[in-house]
Amino acid sequence: MNAVQTALASPSAPVLLASVPGVATTNRTPAMEPFDVERIRADFPILQLQIDGKPLVYLDNAASSQMPQQVIDRLVRYQTTQHANINRAVHYLSETATAEYEAARRKLQRFINAPEEREVIFTSGTTDAINLVMHGYGRKFIKAGDEIILTTLEHHSNIVPWQMLAEETGAVIRVVPINDAGELLIDEYENLFNMRTKLVGVMHVSNALGSINPLKQMIAFAHAHGVRVLVDGAQAVPHLQVDVQDLDCDFYAFSGHKLCGPTGIGVLYGKAALLEKMQPFKGGGDMILSVTFEKTIYNTIPHKFEAGTPPIAAAIGLGAAVDYLSAIGMDAIATHELDLLNYATAQMTRMPGVCIIGTAKNKAAVLSFTIDGVHPHDVGTLLNQEGVALRTGHHCAQPVMRRFKVPATARASFAFYNTLAEVDALIAGIRSVQKVFA
Amino acid sequence: MANYKALYQEVILDHNRKPRNYGTLDHPSHHAVGRNPLCGDHISVELNLDRECIACIAFQGESCAICKASASMMTSAVKGKTRADAEILIQEFLAMSTGKLNLDSPNHIGRLAVFAGVCDLPTRVKCAILPWHTLHAAFNSVANVSTEAEKDPMHAPIGNA
Repeated sequence: MNAVQTALASPSAPVLLASVPGVATTNRTPAMEPFDVERIRADFPILQLQIDGKPLVYLDNAASSQMPQQVIDRLVRYQTTQHANINRAVHYLSETATAEYEAARRKLQRFINAPEEREVIFTSGTTDAINLVMHGYGRKFIKAGDEIILTTLEHHSNIVPWQMLAEETGAVIRVVPINDAGELLIDEYENLFNMRTKLVGVMHVSNALGSINPLKQMIAFAHAHGVRVLVDGAQAVPHLQVDVQDLDCDFYAFSGHKLCGPTGIGVLYGKAALLEKMQPFKGGGDMILSVTFEKTIYNTIPHKFEAGTPPIAAAIGLGAAVDYLSAIGMDAIATHELDLLNYATAQMTRMPGVCIIGTAKNKAAVLSFTIDGVHPHDVGTLLNQEGVALRTGHHCAQPVMRRFKVPATARASFAFYNTLAEVDALIAGIRSVQKVFA
Repeated sequence: MANYKALYQEVILDHNRKPRNYGTLDHPSHHAVGRNPLCGDHISVELNLDRECIACIAFQGESCAICKASASMMTSAVKGKTRADAEILIQEFLAMSTGKLNLDSPNHIGRLAVFAGVCDLPTRVKCAILPWHTLHAAFNSVANVSTEAEKDPMHAPIGNA
């Protein structure tokens, strides 16, 4: 069943009364077992692009992934036949849009195996979700002298909000170091705990290095000390089957646009008991039960945290995206991506003058590297000439760059629609960069 | 689309491999550090002004080939020039990097024209112009220069460029 059919079959979705002539929907289902990468690629119109006469080799998926036709069609269908504001009017379109928006919430709930749909809050992305926890939980429960544990691996989006809180409240930030492979030092992590520790902020998968952190162990240890754990899952949900109940994390944040969905949408999962105790992050419409100038009563979760008109189309598009990914299967996706990573790693390891940054035993499909004598920016510009799109820079993780004493790296990040031939194109591109700088 | 490889000409690669005037001065009269927060690159420019004339100049830092070659060729170009002449060259280089300089009209660009192609690479313009902004900041003794931050002297108008 494809995304469109799933949405139509959803028991809560009203029968579609309106129809627009000329709006086609895609009937293709994503490839099922065995994993058929060429059939999957056919779902992604952008992958057919030529860059300067060369086929696009898109290896910047950790920054943002591409969107399959099924999700594009879902957005078109919503805008052409279902759009109105939600939670307001009694007319057909408003009821339809509300039902589809809430159906998307249930899809996301199932995707991460959250116990309850009200524990899934739509945000504008991971950064917004982390800021929500900082304002809603941090400002209420973290006081002067309290300690927040972060890791060297964190993206700036899981550092800066906590620094802002620390500056405001006098809380203290402690940092878990990493080894030369880019793995967290778990003994050091455990040694950081004391009576003042209030929160751990840790990423599931490192965006700069690909390291997969031992979350279950870290979360169990934190909980044994009565400490809450916020997980930045932006780089994990596109690659791994994530189960928030199995992890037992208190908060889990991720973005839609790294998950074949639209930009401007993301999710914060939070345990209901915690979300209920938290203060709202943004005030406005939809997040209230009643307003007088004397007192406002806030709405229940998740609405308490969704002030104003949300990105309705983006949420519904993200629902279609997780349907698409689920139909392929996250395990199949992980297996294919690991093949790509292992193949690329083996080739790059053999190349003189190329150094892989981040060699954790447990890694997702992210490959950061440097080329001797060539700045990553020059690598990026020259690879672009070959049609290869990758990210160069500090990846919003300057502490990681400092730890490895490099100003920046080039980063190839793979998605399930990438091929071994594209890895070959990357390797050939690196050789041509080395030739220019020889 | 621009031919990116054309930018990586031998003269730029040569200045990247063997940067001229690379290092620091003992007692600079003017200095500034330029940063590009987008990529973390930074370079320092130090100089000694002798009655408005650039007696000596040096740069160092961590940067890509485009930035390093630009800094190297900049120091070679302005050494011995007056501050006023250097400021004119800064304006012309900035104009060229953003595609606003007519290279056929009279100018002082000379060998620096190898950077003309950078105007087709919006993400690399900042690499090429960072040394020039930093030189301008050094003249005005602005301690830190950034291409991003607020109150950024890089965003302050330089001549008409």
